[in-house]
Amino acid sequence: MHSIRSSAAPVTYRWGFWLLLTAITCLGTLVFLYEEQVPYLVKYPRDWIIPLRFWISDVMQWLIKEFDLGLFTFKELTRSIAWVLEWPLSVANSLLATGFTFSTEPGAPVILPPAPWIAIVSIVGLLAFHLSGLRLTLLVTGCFLYLVIFGQWQSAMITLSSIVIAVPLGASIGFVLGIAAYRHPLLERVLTPVLDLMQTVPVFAYLVPVLFLFGFGPVAAMIATMIYATPPMVRVTILSLRQIPEDLVEYGNMAGCTRRQLLGKIQIPVARKSLMVGVNQVIMLSLNMVIIASMIGAGGLGFDVLSSLRRLAIGDGLEAGLAITLLAIALDRLGQAYTDRSQQSGRSQKPGFLRGTHLGALVIFILLASWLAGHFFPALAVFPESLQITTSDFWDAMVKWINIHFFDQLEAVKTFVLINIMMPMKRFLLKAPWVAIVALIALIGFRLGHFRLALLGAVLTLFLAVTGLWAKAMITVYLCGVSVLFAGCIGIPAGILAAAHPSINRVTQVAIDTLQTLPSFVYLIPVVMLFRVGDFAAMLAVIAYSLAPAVRYTILGIQQVPSHLIEAARAIGCTRSQIRWRIELPIALPQIMLGINQTIMMALSMLVITALVGTRDLGQEVYIALTKADTGRGIVAGIGVACIAIVADRLISQWARKKRVEFGLQP
Amino acid sequence: MSKATPALHLRSIWKVFGDDAAAFLDRTAKAPSDADLKDAGLIAAVRDATLEIQHGEIFVIMGLSGSGKSTLVRCMSRLIEPTTGELMFDGRDLLAASEDELIEMRRHKMGMVFQHFALLPHLSVLGNVAFPLEIQGVDKKTRGQRAAEMIDLVGLSGREEYYPRELSGGQQQRVGIARSLAVEPDIWFLDEPFSALDPLIRREMQDEFLRLQGLLHKTIVFITHDFDEAIRLADRIAIMKDGAIIQTGAPEDLILNPATEYVAEFTRDVPRAKVFSARMVMRPVKPDERETLRETQKHNAKVQEFADHAVNSESRIGVVDDAGSVIGVIDRQSVLNVLVGREPARPH
Repeated sequence: MHSIRSSAAPVTYRWGFWLLLTAITCLGTLVFLYEEQVPYLVKYPRDWIIPLRFWISDVMQWLIKEFDLGLFTFKELTRSIAWVLEWPLSVANSLLATGFTFSTEPGAPVILPPAPWIAIVSIVGLLAFHLSGLRLTLLVTGCFLYLVIFGQWQSAMITLSSIVIAVPLGASIGFVLGIAAYRHPLLERVLTPVLDLMQTVPVFAYLVPVLFLFGFGPVAAMIATMIYATPPMVRVTILSLRQIPEDLVEYGNMAGCTRRQLLGKIQIPVARKSLMVGVNQVIMLSLNMVIIASMIGAGGLGFDVLSSLRRLAIGDGLEAGLAITLLAIALDRLGQAYTDRSQQSGRSQKPGFLRGTHLGALVIFILLASWLAGHFFPALAVFPESLQITTSDFWDAMVKWINIHFFDQLEAVKTFVLINIMMPMKRFLLKAPWVAIVALIALIGFRLGHFRLALLGAVLTLFLAVTGLWAKAMITVYLCGVSVLFAGCIGIPAGILAAAHPSINRVTQVAIDTLQTLPSFVYLIPVVMLFRVGDFAAMLAVIAYSLAPAVRYTILGIQQVPSHLIEAARAIGCTRSQIRWRIELPIALPQIMLGINQTIMMALSMLVITALVGTRDLGQEVYIALTKADTGRGIVAGIGVACIAIVADRLISQWARKKRVEFGLQP
Repeated sequence: MSKATPALHLRSIWKVFGDDAAAFLDRTAKAPSDADLKDAGLIAAVRDATLEIQHGEIFVIMGLSGSGKSTLVRCMSRLIEPTTGELMFDGRDLLAASEDELIEMRRHKMGMVFQHFALLPHLSVLGNVAFPLEIQGVDKKTRGQRAAEMIDLVGLSGREEYYPRELSGGQQQRVGIARSLAVEPDIWFLDEPFSALDPLIRREMQDEFLRLQGLLHKTIVFITHDFDEAIRLADRIAIMKDGAIIQTGAPEDLILNPATEYVAEFTRDVPRAKVFSARMVMRPVKPDERETLRETQKHNAKVQEFADHAVNSESRIGVVDDAGSVIGVIDRQSVLNVLVGREPARPH
């Protein structure tokens, strides 16, 4: 019945679709050719622009200057939030980085120096040993020793102190919100679109209002970090509570659990494993954001990378970037070890190295002992500068060497790609009449999901036009498109290869795991090193950052092809390549497209950051807004990026869903 | 059956899924046709179910998948709220019970066993069995003792510290049974408890179940899709189809008087000797016969239990009631009739 309906109706639609598509193309070309007659259809006229960004700026000004909540003003509210958060942050910061002083004045005498490096390294090692074993201990202490020896310690500890406060806070807030949304469907319905938007608005765009409301400094940076890292935790919480087998909840009710008991004794313990995955995600996102938030005063490693990028001091940037990477890897592996450990329970669990209370006592003992030791042997407290190593001169020399010897080759590649691929695409998108593009999106939306999707696509695309962002949005689309094209061309074949050969698969998994652990800032360093600033360098960074999902989803899609289909194909006598081209790839295609969808999302978020290396897209708009603290401009540009992301996401996932239903892979 | 209050009494229970189901039932005077339901876009999982479940009996609800049996048993404990109807539990109106009263009743009076065991993966066997006591606030020592007793009862002593995933399916369900019995429930719901198990294990678990019931004499509502299992365990069976109960009766009633062709379809191939008891195949005692009977059988013994003996011996067998007095006679021919599938005369 179902198949009859879905194959009978589209015959007319299909014709209609191609007819309309041709019509739009022809009309678009006509409009383009006779631009003088109808200029307003090609270039969105300046007079029609809605000054949304000024309105938003005005509202923000009003909020901060006049809005009174009765007992206190809005400004007092934000200031008190900042004040409350400043306490734990300054304690963590004092403990790890600056030492405790009587007052916050710079140059005040230090009463208690910060925890010695030897203490932190041993505590982290101890934790790794407790959670997993010797291998993890070696990895983690190795990472931290790099920070010590290469002189990254001070900055790394500033970054770490933001993390240790932002992660527990962000995770708890997300957890509580998630539980509330799980219990109250109405709240969930309100939260879901907000979360959607929060995850598609580029990270830079968060910084602008936060900067405006909370000022410049570590606290504002931490607030931005929390805002960025909380939504995934909310989602993970809702999802993992919902994934609990229904009969466990039924059993809980049958045993006479109150709602509180049901939550505390059944739902949370059962969902614990996936909740921990969420916490790990919060850690990684926080780290990523803390680095970016250095632009509004987080300081630490992110600031080092940023300043060396600005100075084009590649060696320094590379070392700081590596420090971020190693910190990320160490935190990620520690988090994973904790997650794994909490999965295995009871008899089969390896007995922990120490009981919780003993571990705590030992940590305090190490701290006190090393403080004491550091008092007598300063080298144990602060790693002496004379022993620090730096390789930055080497890198600088190498970059120079590469640029002297391979300049022509690199330049040739760059020019070739720019002239033959990037420029034509850019020119096409910039010249194409805006009306035609809006119509095209609406048509595709209609074809895939009827009126609702068509309307959504048209409205969001129109938003880009009416807010005066059209040109910059098209540059964003072009850069994103080119990058995703290359990422797909590299990622999909890599995924196909990996799916076919277990040994390649292992290597690939390690590679994409590492790629996904790296904070986005880090990608800028090598590309700037080799290709300096510009669209081409930006594109390379975006490709590297967004490659992982294309590979991962391809592997997943091919592995999910039902094995009985492969068997049947083999029984018919298909060759290996016939199986690949006629069975595996067509069936895996929807999954691969979902991977490309993820790639687009990641590419968009990275693209905004590449504004730092001189692109002229929406990211630059946000960046300018950030430097001018122009809230309206930043928010509107951020929403513009979100619009592109949402249109791409809805169209592709709707297409993939239809295909999967057709293949019977999804009800 | 006794005249005492039934343990559980359902009167015209409906469960209709969809918007405004209650108003819809009122509109259609609680007798909507299939077309009515379809027009309103509603799905009736349970239709007009009326049942009386007596103290101490094993009441089996049998139906194929989608017949509404799982929904019905969930209505009985209000895990699923019935749309309309009346539900009396030991003479109390269960549908009028408040949330707190319901929790109280579930804690002390009801036990449930689930098809896929529903054991808590983060707790040991002991922790799982003690769980219902834990949430009642029973102290650790007492609940540990009680749980250990229950684990012993189901034959899992020595595995208290195991985790569910370390046990086989049969063992997991034993834990589920022990857990549901830990609070000494008055009524015991078993929702397809053995359906997820291998046939051999299933058989073993059925024996185990009968053994436990021999010790405990609970009031039991047992759900199954397996007619053989129903015949084997039930005192009475209700057969469900498309949400409605189409017949309720003792196994032999269903075989002798199937209400519909659908019921007859199930009963056709059931070996009669397994179901019929001595009382059903005996003939009245002739006046001079009483002294000649050397052997006797209890009135409720199944034909299968003595068929071999009866066919091979020349002598007639007396049937005695619970008090031991002879109430009838079975001869070789009447046993043979059962074995070859001739229907006995209707009992009165």
